[in-house]
Amino acid sequence: MAKIKLSEKKLQELKDICTSFNHEKGELINVLHKAQGLFGYLPAEVQEIIAKELNVSVAHVYGVVTFYSFFTMTPKGEHPISVCLGTACYVRGADKVLEEFKRILNIQVGETSADGKFSLSCLRCVGACGLAPVVMVGEKVYGRVSPDGVKDIVAEYRN
Amino acid sequence: MAKKQLRIALRNCGVIDPERIEEYIERDGYLALGKVLTELSPEAAIEIIKKSGLRGRGGGGFSTGLKWDITRRVKADQKYVVCNADEGDPGAFMDRSVLEGDPHSVIEAMAINGYCTGASKGLVYIRAEYPLAIERLKIAMKQASEWGFLGTNILGTGFNFEIEIRYGAGAFVCGEETALIHSMEGLRGEPTVKPPFPSESGYLEKPTNVNNVETYANVPVIINKGWEWFAGIGTEKSKGTKVFALAGKINKVGLIEVPMGTTLREVIFEIGGGLQDGATFKAVQTGGPSGGCLMEKHLDIPIDYDNLIAAGSMMGSGGMIVMDDANCMVSIAKFYLEFTVEESCGKCSPCRIGNKRLFELLEKITGGNGTPEDLDKLRNLSHVIKDTSLCGLGQTSPNPVLSTLENFYEEYREHVFDKKCRSSVCKSLMMYIIDAEKCIGCTLCARNCPVNAITGERKLAHYIDPEKCIKCGACMEKCKFGAIFIN
Amino acid sequence: MWRMYGEMQIRRNFYQLMRRDEMEMIHLTIDGKPVTAEKGTTILKAASTVGVDIPTLCYFELRDLGIENKPGGCRICVVEVEGRRNLAPACTTKVENGMVVNTHNIRVLNARRTVLELILSDHPAECLTCAKNGNCELQSMAQQLGVRELPYTGEQSTYRKDTSPAIIRDVDKCIMCRRCEMMCNEVQTVGALSAVNRGFMAVVAPAFEMNLEKSTCTYCGQCVSVCPTGALTEVDHSRNVINALADPTKTVVVQTAPAVRAALGEEFGLAPGTLVTGKMAAALRRLGFNYVFDTDFAADLTIMEEGSELLDRLSRYLKGDKTVKLPMLTSCCPGWVNFFEHYFPELRDIPSTAKSPQQMFGPIAKEYFAKKLGIDRKNMIVVSIMPCLAKKYECQREEFKVNGDPDVNYSLSTRELAHLIKSANIDFDSLPEEGFDNPMGESTGASVIFGTTGGVIEAACRTAYELYTGKKLKKVDFKELRGFENIRHATIDFDGLPIKIGIAHGLGNARKLLEDIKEGRNQFHAIEIMACPGGCIGGGGQPYHHGDSEILKQRAAALYREDEGKAIRKSHENPFIIELYKEFLGKPLGEKSHHLLHTKYFDKSAGVFVEE
Repeated sequence: MAKIKLSEKKLQELKDICTSFNHEKGELINVLHKAQGLFGYLPAEVQEIIAKELNVSVAHVYGVVTFYSFFTMTPKGEHPISVCLGTACYVRGADKVLEEFKRILNIQVGETSADGKFSLSCLRCVGACGLAPVVMVGEKVYGRVSPDGVKDIVAEYRN
Repeated sequence: MAKKQLRIALRNCGVIDPERIEEYIERDGYLALGKVLTELSPEAAIEIIKKSGLRGRGGGGFSTGLKWDITRRVKADQKYVVCNADEGDPGAFMDRSVLEGDPHSVIEAMAINGYCTGASKGLVYIRAEYPLAIERLKIAMKQASEWGFLGTNILGTGFNFEIEIRYGAGAFVCGEETALIHSMEGLRGEPTVKPPFPSESGYLEKPTNVNNVETYANVPVIINKGWEWFAGIGTEKSKGTKVFALAGKINKVGLIEVPMGTTLREVIFEIGGGLQDGATFKAVQTGGPSGGCLMEKHLDIPIDYDNLIAAGSMMGSGGMIVMDDANCMVSIAKFYLEFTVEESCGKCSPCRIGNKRLFELLEKITGGNGTPEDLDKLRNLSHVIKDTSLCGLGQTSPNPVLSTLENFYEEYREHVFDKKCRSSVCKSLMMYIIDAEKCIGCTLCARNCPVNAITGERKLAHYIDPEKCIKCGACMEKCKFGAIFIN
Repeated sequence: MWRMYGEMQIRRNFYQLMRRDEMEMIHLTIDGKPVTAEKGTTILKAASTVGVDIPTLCYFELRDLGIENKPGGCRICVVEVEGRRNLAPACTTKVENGMVVNTHNIRVLNARRTVLELILSDHPAECLTCAKNGNCELQSMAQQLGVRELPYTGEQSTYRKDTSPAIIRDVDKCIMCRRCEMMCNEVQTVGALSAVNRGFMAVVAPAFEMNLEKSTCTYCGQCVSVCPTGALTEVDHSRNVINALADPTKTVVVQTAPAVRAALGEEFGLAPGTLVTGKMAAALRRLGFNYVFDTDFAADLTIMEEGSELLDRLSRYLKGDKTVKLPMLTSCCPGWVNFFEHYFPELRDIPSTAKSPQQMFGPIAKEYFAKKLGIDRKNMIVVSIMPCLAKKYECQREEFKVNGDPDVNYSLSTRELAHLIKSANIDFDSLPEEGFDNPMGESTGASVIFGTTGGVIEAACRTAYELYTGKKLKKVDFKELRGFENIRHATIDFDGLPIKIGIAHGLGNARKLLEDIKEGRNQFHAIEIMACPGGCIGGGGQPYHHGDSEILKQRAAALYREDEGKAIRKSHENPFIIELYKEFLGKPLGEKSHHLLHTKYFDKSAGVFVEE
């Protein structure tokens, strides 16, 4: 686990988030959402500060972070790619699309490419089952993606 | 898609501008709240909900009125009502649609619920992945406060009610009430043994009534139109309508709302327009990861809570996935188990380890290594997991296995005994073969094989070594003569 | 979705709610037997009243201490409740009127066995080399349910192994019973452990799954004492001790803590509460220790120093000295010291600066006794036998070393000593009763009761009273300081001066007491704190009690018995202590004492460090 240094400004923002939730331990999940919004992910230092601010143990914070799939401790790529593996997408071949992304980017689910450009994740149903299989790159939604179409999607963001 | 449909929960979706409270009010919005607050006692209002026969739309199908009554009867200084909008079922998105298209109906119903149960505080537990729904809900809450439908002394009746939003963070198990409550308390979303039920001891150990979005969306209409009207729709034990998310190999995908008692056939073939490309219907999966796969013979069953359970599936939150011959039912069961394994919270051993073992057994079978004993193991293990798991997730997670074992046993048998997957989905059971009659020995396939599994002299028929073949299909794609086929 | 509401259950509950007031006793049937139980009782407990012993695994209770763990997670205790769709966990399901419970029909037996087979399928089959072999509750359960093969096999969850100065975590063996998590968080409020991850990879671990050493762990060892499997065990130093004993150039000296003698016998099948002081001394001699001494001697020394410190602070306080810190907190428990260094560093000048008995013994052995023998301290190996795991860490602290040579070389737990004795072919039962060697083997009744909650402060009162008032105590027993209540208060009359005493055992109780003081809710002159529930008798290094708090009570009773039977029951009357001061130390709190017998504490609140 690489140690990161938080800038004074970011640190203050993080503390402000905790203050905005009254340092209530019951608000831990809301605080983590905001913190992930601020940092893009939840590195150990961020969790330590949150633990201190909310007066809970770091182990507890880490236990919560690792319970929910929305929270991540690895920074996302510049273009986070999410492949929907909801049932509708699955029955229309989303698993093959995912395999192709893994192959082309040479990363596994949950990883970020060495150049930091792409990260790959799965999600369950974005509610666009009519477009199945669905892939999201950042906020952009790609529908009816075939394994063949994967390289074109990646190419769009390569440069 | 209008035919056979009846929109109660979705009555305003797509009809009104969800960001304008005026449009909601124009369509009788907040009339029910007004009526309840000024004309009805909590008991009388609950009586209406009870008599309407409304049952929880989140899946369990417990009587909504009875649930409210239980919470009402518990004495406490503070109570809570919670809207469960943590829709985690892959392939279902009705809650999102209601919150995006008609957020006021949920707010109104929660306020009614608060009045009936004696709660002054409401909480919406919503998936963080639904930014638009969250945005619209926030706008609606603000407008409702401005118009005096939320806040203190609502409509001058002395009733106070506020709503707060809590965010889910990606854990399917948080659909379970006790897990949801722990998540709202900032804890790991692990369920606890019931009883005590949330109605006695829930959020912050206070009596808490949890209902799902679709359930709430029905409430104002029932108050406005009367329980008799609602109870007149549906079957004997399941009243009103149900929203389904049609998906899969069907022509018209999307949300539909039909009266309880509509048959699966009507939904799939009349409303859904039948299967894509004229494919043959094989199965329909209802109830998501806790439901089951039904077959042709079930198509004329009138859909309601009890019939679906009797058929080995369940209503669930309303996912409905249609499958055709290209879907391998063993793989489908495996798909759902993979989901369950990923979403199991890990607290109880049968769910934590048992589902993993179920998944591994299915992997073994789809990998061509299944034995007859494995089929028995699947069955025994499934029953034990259902019987011993702590919460609803584990108690229903083997349903996809049991229902496919029951309805598509032949496919399991083929995988195990004949080492065949009739849908050509299970790679390990596929064999790429070159038809010696058709092969002209052009060598194209051999040159494209990534593992050099194809041998043969130029101009003579080639041969694929099944030991080396990784079933990538490159040869079949390249062959210009259609000489390669899958057995 | 799958949110299945057990309709029957909630209905029944509903009616129960409506009639709540009328009912106190519940009538039900368990395995065909009529049972009457108080409302709120679980099926598990109700069944035990009619001789039905439902097996449990994750469930854990120390009844007399109010400690209970029942997550309802392992599902071993499932039973059939007629009318319910699913089996119910007996440990968490409360009895209801008219309930018909079957605890061993074919459905239940099949389910229970399958669940156990599943747990075993994710557990390394390393029983033969596992530290918990023979003491493992999972192993016993497999035996009890007659598991002979594992029909369900597959991937096992694996994690990084972690060795700290006192505790080894081998969580491949974790079965998620959550006892350690409950102990660490709810009872001890240390918060070093939490359930982490989800599903198949869920396990109990420190933050970031880093090593325990980098967490806020106090090494109290309560997680180890409740772990049903070999997932949490102590660091075993017995091999080092064997090597030292075999080394002819070394003089090996051993000291035994008070609580050990009241528990060691359990390892040899003796009834809990059997005192084995004499047999223990005999066994140690046969193991080859050159001198068999007693930590109790050092405990008397601790009372001399700590008692004098208390009197010093008190008299300065009474004279109006505003710089005096009161209350004085005891400091002989290393788990407690670790705790306040992590969590209350601002209070670190409040505890007595007196070292713990283990660490007082060390320098006396190496600086006084070794010189007497004319050997170099490097050639003396001091071994301690402790009921404790934090002692393993304590003896490794830098401030307790001289030029890298620790005052106490190795600290063994009671369990490790039992293993040593067994492996040396010593028939413990037939050993004669022998005494300790002198000069550091003589002790008083005051030092013996160090091993149970309230004992240290009672011992201190006996000495402080007589030193302060100059009068003889009429009654040496301070019964008001005894018991198992979590937090106890008492006022002792020091001849007109009321001395307010506070006692807490278990770190969670300690925290409560400290917070009360910080908030000004309570004031004391002296406070005794022990990290482990029950004090050292319930230490992390003691024979496993498997949740039977009666065992702890028996151990405590044994110590009080030993105290009563002693000719001398006040530390300051120990002739060898008097001699030691005369010959070597001078006077309590004197220069030599200050140098050898007192220490200082550190601020460790920075706590968590992230591994690079």
